[in-house]
Amino acid sequence: MSRLSLLLFVTLWLIGCGSAVDRPVVVEFWAMGQEGEQVKALLPGFERRYPDIRVRVQQIPWSAAHEKLLTAYAGDAMPDLFQLGNTWIPEFVALRAVAPLDERLKTWPDAALADYFPGILATNRLDNQTWALPWYVDTRLFFYRTDLLAEVGFNEPPATWDDWLQAMARLKTLSGAERYAILLPINEWQLPVILALQHGADLLRDRNQYGHFQDPRFREAFTFYLSLFDEGLAPPVSHSQMTNIYQEFANGAFAVYVSGPWNIGEFGRRLPVAMQGKWITAALPGASLAGGASLALSRTSPRQEAAWKLLEYLAQPEQQARFYQLTGDLPARQSAWSAPVLASNRYAQAFRQQLQQVQPTPPIPEWERIANRIAYYAELAVRQEMSVDEALTALDRDVDQILEKRRWLLEQGLTP
Amino acid sequence: MIYHPHLRISSAWAFLAPALLLIAVFFFLPIFAALLLSFTDFDIYALGDLDRLRFIGFSNYLQLLQSPLFWTALGNTFYFVIVGGPLSVAVSLGAALLVNAPLTRFPGFFRAAFFLPVVTTLVAVAVVWRYLYHPRYGLLNYLLSLAGVDPIDWLGDPDWAMPAIILMAVWKNFGFNMIIFIAGLQNIPTQLYEAARIDGAGAWRQFRYITLPLLGPTFLFVALMTMIGYFQVFAEPYVMTQGGPANRTLSVVLLMYEEGFRWWNMGYASAVAFVLFALILAGTLLQLKLRQREPS
Repeated sequence: MSRLSLLLFVTLWLIGCGSAVDRPVVVEFWAMGQEGEQVKALLPGFERRYPDIRVRVQQIPWSAAHEKLLTAYAGDAMPDLFQLGNTWIPEFVALRAVAPLDERLKTWPDAALADYFPGILATNRLDNQTWALPWYVDTRLFFYRTDLLAEVGFNEPPATWDDWLQAMARLKTLSGAERYAILLPINEWQLPVILALQHGADLLRDRNQYGHFQDPRFREAFTFYLSLFDEGLAPPVSHSQMTNIYQEFANGAFAVYVSGPWNIGEFGRRLPVAMQGKWITAALPGASLAGGASLALSRTSPRQEAAWKLLEYLAQPEQQARFYQLTGDLPARQSAWSAPVLASNRYAQAFRQQLQQVQPTPPIPEWERIANRIAYYAELAVRQEMSVDEALTALDRDVDQILEKRRWLLEQGLTP
Repeated sequence: MIYHPHLRISSAWAFLAPALLLIAVFFFLPIFAALLLSFTDFDIYALGDLDRLRFIGFSNYLQLLQSPLFWTALGNTFYFVIVGGPLSVAVSLGAALLVNAPLTRFPGFFRAAFFLPVVTTLVAVAVVWRYLYHPRYGLLNYLLSLAGVDPIDWLGDPDWAMPAIILMAVWKNFGFNMIIFIAGLQNIPTQLYEAARIDGAGAWRQFRYITLPLLGPTFLFVALMTMIGYFQVFAEPYVMTQGGPANRTLSVVLLMYEEGFRWWNMGYASAVAFVLFALILAGTLLQLKLRQREPS
């Protein structure tokens, strides 16, 4: 063997060894919609801190996210770290798809966990175990036209439902073309459920085994919801009929809208310039939904250590504040709210107030289906195709049927 | 050389084997698995742990037949098939006759133009049609307002949503059948028309006694394919209305999709699929029977 080829051989051998030692761990991370796009900007900082870890982000559209995660689970192709809506957590826990986090969280100072909005963190805990950590938060509250409210005598946001009703009744009498006070898309379950939670309804009964919608508290909330349409305060239209809510809001076709944080950005971008400064957000008189998205580790991932490091990094208040700056998603950690970008956003303050008062929906995998049934019967009742009694009886019947499997599992002593 | 029939047959099998194997693995096996699934309550609980799976016999089918939602979906699908199907065939035939007429100039252009919607992506089409249907700013309501008709909330009104979907589906699909009809029309010997003209037959009688009978096989094919396709209506309501308003455009396949992939009730969704299969089979047999009874 010539000396040259020996040299070549040794060099190659060294290179081979080197790459086996230094080859970085690649963490597969799935995030949805614009979060999946924007989170990439946070990753160089992470990869500098952990040179032996590389992150591969896959962006999934929200509309396909749930299906894609379930299919990935069925096909044993789960990512190491993934974003999920916090109402999906019970489902992925039932699937045994997510890794428990309490053991890892022991290394965290108590203050760090206490920094999360308690109502939001609660949605990530199930059966005395933490399964995911909140990434950003979401809840529903009022967006309204300050100029129109001032015109009917409310310079400050109304504080109670009675005041809101009074304001809305007066808004309805303002002159102009066809005018409504509030927009509540009739194919949404959120407001009926929020009102029910505010009335103290428990939605389900007996360890979440049966529907509890004929309960007087739910009925009262449901009737109140319907009265907003009966009195002509809200138009009986669905989302798809409102192709451009921003234009309608600017026209004054309605002055109040119940929506979530993404609309802070949308209102800023899509309302005409003349309309800026004439709208604001306000907390609901009472509790709202504890929504948002969380980050979870796959139970079967061989790279859990590295994925956990990434999760911890994204949970840091500085990264949360930066993420808000990139996406407009509201941080799950309260200390991130004192960052100047967020503290100076006047539209976000009502959210901070509302987030102190949020309630979770029943933590069971069937919840999304149940919510869908609530929206369906609420729509029929708004359209007056069903009476309140008929709607709630049918809702209880449907929900009892949806929960049949859950009852069977509990009967068998299996964990749902 | 002596002829060995069994040798021929075995070599035929050998040549067919790869194709048959593929069909068996990717077609019959999944169908069989789906049939099995339809007798279970396979859901996300079972996906997580097979101990939580139950064989429940015909319960899915019974539950299906008792579910008002299934009947709503079935009613909507029949509405779509019974109104949309014949309408689509009639429009295709009309367009084929027009394009094929000797007086038509630029038949190639019209053929391509009418075929264009077929090859356009449905989602793009749906976006445009949603603008056309917009209650306040839509072109359709503007044209109606010129005729003094009050605006119609096409996709939002429970009574108008299905007609709106049918209209779009017919517009989107008629080009395909039109091409088949044109092929059928061009196969009719021109001597027949000449003979009929000499016998004094007018345009209508030529159409009734020559065109229609000789288009018989084409008609059967088009009617069957349209029926089968329309029974499986999914994409149009999925993109335009998501089954709304108040489930008035929920089709059977959309219901199957929602149950299977949204709620992950695979057992129940498989049962929906097999009921739909039975319906389409029955519809096809019925049409074939009707054709056979007709005197040729």
